[in-house]
Amino acid sequence: MSPSEAEIVRLRHPGKGKHTTRPVPKGRQVDPVAVDEVRGLLGPEPVRRDLLIEYLHAVQDAFGHLSTRHLAALAELMKLAQTEVFETATFYAHFDVIPEGQEPPPDITVRVCDGLSCELAGAESLMEGLRHVLGRGARVLRAPCMGRCHCGPTVAVGARHLDHATVDLVADAVSEKRMKPVIPDYVHLENYLADGGYGVLKQCLDGRRSVESVIAILTDSGLRGLGGAGFPPGRKWEIVRSYDGPRALAVNADEGEPGTFKDRFHLENSPHNVLEGMLIAAWAVEAETAYLYVRDEYPAARAILRKEIDALTGTGLADHVRIELRRGAGAYICGEESAMIESIEGKRGLPRHRPPYVAEVGIFGRPTLVNNVETLYWIRDILEKGATWFADHGVKDARGLRSYSVSGRVRDPGIKLAPAGITARELIENHCGGMAPGHEFKAYLPGGASGGILPASMADLPLDFGSLEPYGSFVGSHAVIVLGHRDDLRRVALNLMRFFEDESCGQCTPCRVGTEKAVALMRRPEWDAELLRELADTMTDASICGLGQAAGNPLMSLLRYFPETLR
Amino acid sequence: MTRKDPVRFFLDGDQVEAAPDETLWEVARRQGTEIPHLCHHPEPGYRPDGNCRACMVEIEGERVLAASCIRKPTPGMKVHTFGERVDKARSMVFEMLVADQPPRASAHDPESRFWRWADRLGVDGSRLPARRPGTPDTSHPAMSVFLDACIHCTLCIRACREVQVNDVIGMAYRGHHASIVFDQDDPMGVSTCVACGECVQACPTGALMESSRVDETGRARALDMNSVNSVCPYCGVGCQVTYQVADHRIVTVRGRNGPSNRNRLCVKGRFGMDYVHHAHRLTHPLIRRDDAPKAADLQVDPADPSSHFRKASWDEALEAAAGGLLRIRERDGGRALAGFGSAKGSNEEAYLFQKLVRTGFGSNNVDHCTRLCHASSVAALLEGIGSGAVTAPFTAAEDADVIVVIGANPTENHPVAATFFKQAAQRGKTLIVMDPRGTALKRHATHMLQFNPGTDVAMLNAMLNVIISEELYDRDYVTRRTEGFESLKRGIGEFTPEAMAPICGIDAPTLRRVARTYANADRSIVFWGMGISQHTHGTDNVRCLIALATLSGHIGRPGTGLHPLRGQNNVQGASDAGLIPMMYPDYGPVDSPEVRARFEDAWGVTLDPDRGLTVVEIMDAIHAGQIRGMYIMGENPAMSDPNVTHARAALASLDHLVVQDIFLTETAWHADVVLPASAWPEKTGTVTNTNRQVQLGRRAIAPPGDARHDLWIIVEIARRLGLNWTYDDAKSVFAEMSEVMPSLNNISWDRLQKEDSVTYPCPSPDEPGQAIVFGDKFPRAGGLARLVPVDLIPPDEQPDRDFPFVLSTGRQLEHWHTGAMTRRSGILDRLEPEAVVSMAPGDLGSLGIEPGESVRVITRRGTIELKSRIDAAMPPGMIFIPFCYAEAAANVLTNPALDPYGKIPEFKFCAARLEKA
Repeated sequence: MSPSEAEIVRLRHPGKGKHTTRPVPKGRQVDPVAVDEVRGLLGPEPVRRDLLIEYLHAVQDAFGHLSTRHLAALAELMKLAQTEVFETATFYAHFDVIPEGQEPPPDITVRVCDGLSCELAGAESLMEGLRHVLGRGARVLRAPCMGRCHCGPTVAVGARHLDHATVDLVADAVSEKRMKPVIPDYVHLENYLADGGYGVLKQCLDGRRSVESVIAILTDSGLRGLGGAGFPPGRKWEIVRSYDGPRALAVNADEGEPGTFKDRFHLENSPHNVLEGMLIAAWAVEAETAYLYVRDEYPAARAILRKEIDALTGTGLADHVRIELRRGAGAYICGEESAMIESIEGKRGLPRHRPPYVAEVGIFGRPTLVNNVETLYWIRDILEKGATWFADHGVKDARGLRSYSVSGRVRDPGIKLAPAGITARELIENHCGGMAPGHEFKAYLPGGASGGILPASMADLPLDFGSLEPYGSFVGSHAVIVLGHRDDLRRVALNLMRFFEDESCGQCTPCRVGTEKAVALMRRPEWDAELLRELADTMTDASICGLGQAAGNPLMSLLRYFPETLR
Repeated sequence: MTRKDPVRFFLDGDQVEAAPDETLWEVARRQGTEIPHLCHHPEPGYRPDGNCRACMVEIEGERVLAASCIRKPTPGMKVHTFGERVDKARSMVFEMLVADQPPRASAHDPESRFWRWADRLGVDGSRLPARRPGTPDTSHPAMSVFLDACIHCTLCIRACREVQVNDVIGMAYRGHHASIVFDQDDPMGVSTCVACGECVQACPTGALMESSRVDETGRARALDMNSVNSVCPYCGVGCQVTYQVADHRIVTVRGRNGPSNRNRLCVKGRFGMDYVHHAHRLTHPLIRRDDAPKAADLQVDPADPSSHFRKASWDEALEAAAGGLLRIRERDGGRALAGFGSAKGSNEEAYLFQKLVRTGFGSNNVDHCTRLCHASSVAALLEGIGSGAVTAPFTAAEDADVIVVIGANPTENHPVAATFFKQAAQRGKTLIVMDPRGTALKRHATHMLQFNPGTDVAMLNAMLNVIISEELYDRDYVTRRTEGFESLKRGIGEFTPEAMAPICGIDAPTLRRVARTYANADRSIVFWGMGISQHTHGTDNVRCLIALATLSGHIGRPGTGLHPLRGQNNVQGASDAGLIPMMYPDYGPVDSPEVRARFEDAWGVTLDPDRGLTVVEIMDAIHAGQIRGMYIMGENPAMSDPNVTHARAALASLDHLVVQDIFLTETAWHADVVLPASAWPEKTGTVTNTNRQVQLGRRAIAPPGDARHDLWIIVEIARRLGLNWTYDDAKSVFAEMSEVMPSLNNISWDRLQKEDSVTYPCPSPDEPGQAIVFGDKFPRAGGLARLVPVDLIPPDEQPDRDFPFVLSTGRQLEHWHTGAMTRRSGILDRLEPEAVVSMAPGDLGSLGIEPGESVRVITRRGTIELKSRIDAAMPPGMIFIPFCYAEAAANVLTNPALDPYGKIPEFKFCAARLEKA
């Protein structure tokens, strides 16, 4: 029996009575339907915090974008706060986070590379053209270097990269919805094995080689870390080994330095050289897990690695280490090793403070060996052919071979295997067929966007670690971009500074604010050289990581070597 | 990584020594140099982050500068904290940040830490181009967000995620687009923000401010503020606060570094203090009008009591108040009188109040709301380990390996204590949460056991069964420190996890795993709340917890113990002070002749040798005609008692009722005399929190109008009852308490003035108190803990066909107890303005009711009508109603059945029905 109205007890209340309460607890509620949708994508394994970025990819791949309801559902499933998922998702350029009530993006995303080499090749007008031609079914975005600098302008339609792209080529791909990557020919496992591949690894695993001897050979070979810093890998392995385990290994395949494409080249041609190097490194430092962090801009390399790692694990050659292939999501900063580690842990790619170095405190706080793709690529050959074979390739004091990524105004750009210590002029003349027709050598970037700009008059310096530093420059990842007499150096510097502005993680003031202010100042018709110099000095001196510390280099180069361009 | 030895290095040319883990910034400060800092906040809980780069120093031999806040010295390092290079970098960093700020002249907070440092560095403008200013976010009633002043220092994120672990604020997007966001870039006011205000306290720029100090243009009002240090008046955590007062009004409240809160506060403490300025405050004594008869269903407008009361002078009112009590004492004897003191008042008030009842009324009929919250816990603890207080502070969670939280929802009810549990979980400790509801701790929990309501004993007995049958207990500890093991062991055999699983709803493997985890850990600690105590089997529940802890030896060591989370700010202190019918101060039983003799000696009177009546018993005794007069100070039984219709009828039938309060509460409607009293910020006195920390509250403002200090009122009543009292102030009362209460040994008033907080028991005047007790023996005869086997007793009223839902009641974050204070706080009222019943989405849907629609909730005691709310945390078949809303008073519905030992009602379980309104 229902109570009568009179039986309901209602006392006078002391509240204002002006507001209405919420029908739900505070904040956005989790939609159970979205939870089911997301759960279906995560697979049967227990949910792992460090796989957040992989899960975000799974959701975005399935739904074309990341809706707030799916992010809330993912947070619920991962026992994370919504903001933890949201801040990670919005950090990476390749995730499209769409708030409630906003249109999801079109099915097709066309990314036009606006890296310096592609800009030199006409990316700007291509983008204009595409915006006119492509309709509502596709959107056109500018994107940072895609690692195909020798065949620009490059455009990515979905995950398919088009070299020497034209409006027509892109429009065709869009209309035919060709969005899958093209897998190039490469050395498959059986061919690699047939060629004696993994022989060195076997010698390591069955005790025919000792860690000490391997490290000694690497040290004698003069092999340097080819991610850009040039730290000798043998020494690095020793340091990592000196800390108590469990230890981890990470392969840095987040090659994002504009102008650099050597790692992609090796991964797409000789993946097993890299994998064998990785497995030897894992053996040497007794890593429990080896993470292969591949940038999202390299879908073909990732597909190759997925397939070949699966094949490899079937052979028993990788039993000593768990291999995890990780997919970046569009963030140059994750090529910085500690930012990459944060990303591997499923977080925003913010570089860590040092000390402690990642060799001591890395992935999940464990001692971690981080090696670059090319560094690992050389290991089999060096161990097989001997330290001297490698070392003898160098010019003057430099030792070994390097993979130079050459782009810009040369006749024959591409990956050039050449001796360490070669000069830019030699590289252009002897390996690239000289300058491109109609271009006179004016300046060059020896180390991608970060390494500064040197005038042609300084093209006889050896391209090696340490040799360019006195000139405010460095060879870094050996990405040589050659500029001609018609290239506007101010535009070049602005392109590079805009890149750093876009790719700054935002953690520290000098880089976050400095790159943004520098771009604003560099867009002015008159450059305030004094102010720009002060700004760049502080970026260099006070930023947390190499990105911010190097971001001012191209600007400083102009102020130093090309004062005539300032007005 | 962690250094053990001091490090010698050179700081600006001087050789200095750094303690292990000391940073360059800390060493420099110790040496007298305060290096500029924005993102570094040298306060408890804030790790350095090194992102702002204001604190750069030069280290010889290093290519670039280093952030001193995060950098630690190495032997021989040569560090320079000043010099051209360092100065240039710091100035440019400030210039970069100033560029994007509103100009100093229109800064949101021109006195912020940011602007004060800019001053010190001589940066007053910027040559760099500015970005577009942002739009303010004023969606939250308590806080204003001005991200144009944000410098991305992440202090608010660390505040939200590492200090308070509420996980609302994040840094989204990237680079110069990076932005502070709430949840998924939602307006703060619609986010999951719980308004602890930690971010506001941490923000160095004025990007986050208390709205109370912001004018309509978004700038800090120029106020001449003075600061008064005190303690929060809300829950038993006992957060230390600083009131910031201007023009006799509390403008803002800041957290202080107290032992229980380390600068943290919750929404009530930070934003809920404006109740003291509410227009409903009683400002002069009231006497019931002759033409205003009492009635059980009577209501009086607290804004205008003149319909039922007339103003009176203090003399007249005190005469009337005491006179009425005297007449009953003379006519019917002292046992016809009863008093309810308050756990909201000071220790001194509680002490004097119980002394007044015992010596002025002449009976032990004195009680307070402890009866309604932890009486069963205290009963079991006194029986089992000889002391009703906690054995360890909640901060001991930091040292524990396993933390059990059972029948408690600390993120709502003890928010600052909850921060310590969440932090422990964040640091990888095992957090086991047991509650029928999926509380906010669930997300942080290693194990979440959502057991069936009312089946606590089944679940806990199953755990005891595992610990005994698998021999996980600490054999040595059990032998040396406990008694009753054999009988417990005999009784526990039948309570296997497999047998208990269908009853409690937790599968046997989980029960086994959790029991093993708890018992096998080096250090386990148990926290519980009223989900344990407010049952007819509440004492049994706690007996099980005591058995868990003592069997496993998880008591008396760092990181171990038993901790009932006390509710009211001074429920521990009021109980200690004797505001309970069966015990004198410090828990001396009134029926012990020796103890009684001691108090008769001290107080110079003859005392009633029999126990008095408890809260609910007093209401029954009024109905039975045995109690005819009452003096109620700061309690609101018309809202807080179970089955309040019954309680209100009792109050209305009294011959004489004196109510002393700050508002005309629902209880005061039935009063003969109403005495306007003082709110907590208006007085000085001590309170004792859940951690046994005796803390000093200081007066910040004067009581409004002719309202008086409670202590003065109690003394005036006592005098008129014939007691010759001459207390000048709280200090003199505290001095007398120290004479009769050994627990206060070595805790002098002067010491409290200096130290603000001292834990009891305290071994000497210059040593800290003992946070963790019973490491060697328990304060029972023989010194052993007693293990008590318990059987399954179902809740008193089971759901059935007519009343199919289980109704549980309790509190919610924004409101305190019966709402008298918090519903008069503008911000808290905005945040939770209406009565709600929470239930599982499916349950509401099956009734054909939309969330937000009104429903009627009906039990065998009565009916209320209120808004519905769906909450995925609610298990099906269970509904929850906070008891703070008078317009839909949950206690109209609750079952007054009592626990036989603690005499606590079963607020957490009764049968109810729902209908669409």
